[in-house]
Amino acid sequence: MNLLLGALAAFGRPVLILCRGTGRLALFAFEGLSHLVRPPFHVRRFAAALIEMAYFSLPVVALTAIFTGMVLALQSYTGFSRFAAQSAVASVVVLSMTRELGPVLAGLMVAGRVGAATAAEIGTMRVTDQIDALSTLSTDPMKYLVAPRLLAGIIALPLLVVVADILGVLGGFIVSTASLGFNAVTYLHNTFNYLETMDVVSGLVKAAVFGFLIALMGCYNGNASRGGAQGVGAATTAAVVSASILILAFDYVLTQLFFAR
Amino acid sequence: MSAAAPKIRVRSLAKSFGEKRVLDGVDLDVPAGTSLVVIGGSGSGKSVLIKCILGLIEPDAGTIEIDGENVLALGQEARRAIAARIGMLFQNSALFDSLPVWENVTFGLLARRRIRRAEARVKAGEILGQVGLAASAGELFPAELSGGMQKRVALARAIAATPEMLFFDEPTTGLDPIMGAVIDGLIQDCVKRLGSTAVAITHDMASARRIGDNAAMLYGGRIVWEGPAASLLESGNALVDQFTHGRREGPIRMELRA
Repeated sequence: MNLLLGALAAFGRPVLILCRGTGRLALFAFEGLSHLVRPPFHVRRFAAALIEMAYFSLPVVALTAIFTGMVLALQSYTGFSRFAAQSAVASVVVLSMTRELGPVLAGLMVAGRVGAATAAEIGTMRVTDQIDALSTLSTDPMKYLVAPRLLAGIIALPLLVVVADILGVLGGFIVSTASLGFNAVTYLHNTFNYLETMDVVSGLVKAAVFGFLIALMGCYNGNASRGGAQGVGAATTAAVVSASILILAFDYVLTQLFFAR
Repeated sequence: MSAAAPKIRVRSLAKSFGEKRVLDGVDLDVPAGTSLVVIGGSGSGKSVLIKCILGLIEPDAGTIEIDGENVLALGQEARRAIAARIGMLFQNSALFDSLPVWENVTFGLLARRRIRRAEARVKAGEILGQVGLAASAGELFPAELSGGMQKRVALARAIAATPEMLFFDEPTTGLDPIMGAVIDGLIQDCVKRLGSTAVAITHDMASARRIGDNAAMLYGGRIVWEGPAASLLESGNALVDQFTHGRREGPIRMELRA
């Protein structure tokens, strides 16, 4: 009997911890979102977060996208040439970039860059009493620190993904025309011939969700920081890891929603 | 509200963190226009007490009255209105390191829409002058300031909105004795000029006697002694005597384990 209870307890404890954590995160997200529709609005904070997330992430997202497009063209050419289906390279590159690789890779890159920085900044503010100081100065920390970042995430990622899509296709185009012997006009024709509005829109919707998740995990983990430098370090790691996993999990869920017949 | 009601009244305040009971029935009165210094050992709950009064920590039991009104029974809006009447100087200054000094100083005024952004720089210069800093310091960032200057900026931020109540969490910690005395002098000046009711927590006996009209000692989660701050060194209370004279032997047993 004791053995059975022990086994149940061993199973139940992590489940309870998971439920508690999920509940806290959901309440945190709901409160953060609720401040987006309740004045006052911190427009300057939103603008600063948007510039940090979108403009300063451009180089890393652009480089990732262009090299991914190049590799994708090379790999798909190598594979498809075995079946004499090289003409599909252009459509594979554009569909892969717009539907999957653009939003996912941009999301992972921004999670590493901005998610970590957000968690570190809010975590440091937490352990140095700056968040308490905000409260004593008639400023709701959720409204001032969290809501502008959530909105910036929702807007910044789709903007970055538009750039990533274009550069990814450009990377594939450069490799295909410069080293694989494709005709430039035919390649572009194949690219746009098979591309549908839904392919781009689904990628942008995914990007908006990923942007929200990155900002949410950065803010949540930063706000939960305790105990000085070590706590801030742990929060930074947790923000990046959790955002990355959630991006991949939500990618599957959204793909299922958009494309499963 | 009776005429004799203190500005701040705390009754049976209790707060635990897990198994650890930090506050265990704290009773405290702070008459309007006076300064109370709360002393006590590290981990005795002084910061928790002050954070409960400020609304940063929710106590488990008890009441906190400000002007006769139990703030714990109020809604968020009413609590925010009370918070707007309070200024706080944090132990490590807690300046916003992403903002320049002038924006730190006027943060509360801007948040409450009491001044426009265009006026804030000039206003910050005036307030910085009250704590002995040049207006040009307003253009610096907190990381560019010494510890003493950071405390002055934090004091400027606390008094910027001319609060009715001021709270100081270890205002001289980490400062040399001369700078500590300078900060204490500024605190005394500000409290007198504003006519505020002040509560300070400190380990520093010299500071406690300089800035406090009255003093109270927190030990074992309760207030064990109250009296004039000037009599701290001759209180006649064994706990206070041991603490103020820094004796190893006595009724206070320091907890060496968490």
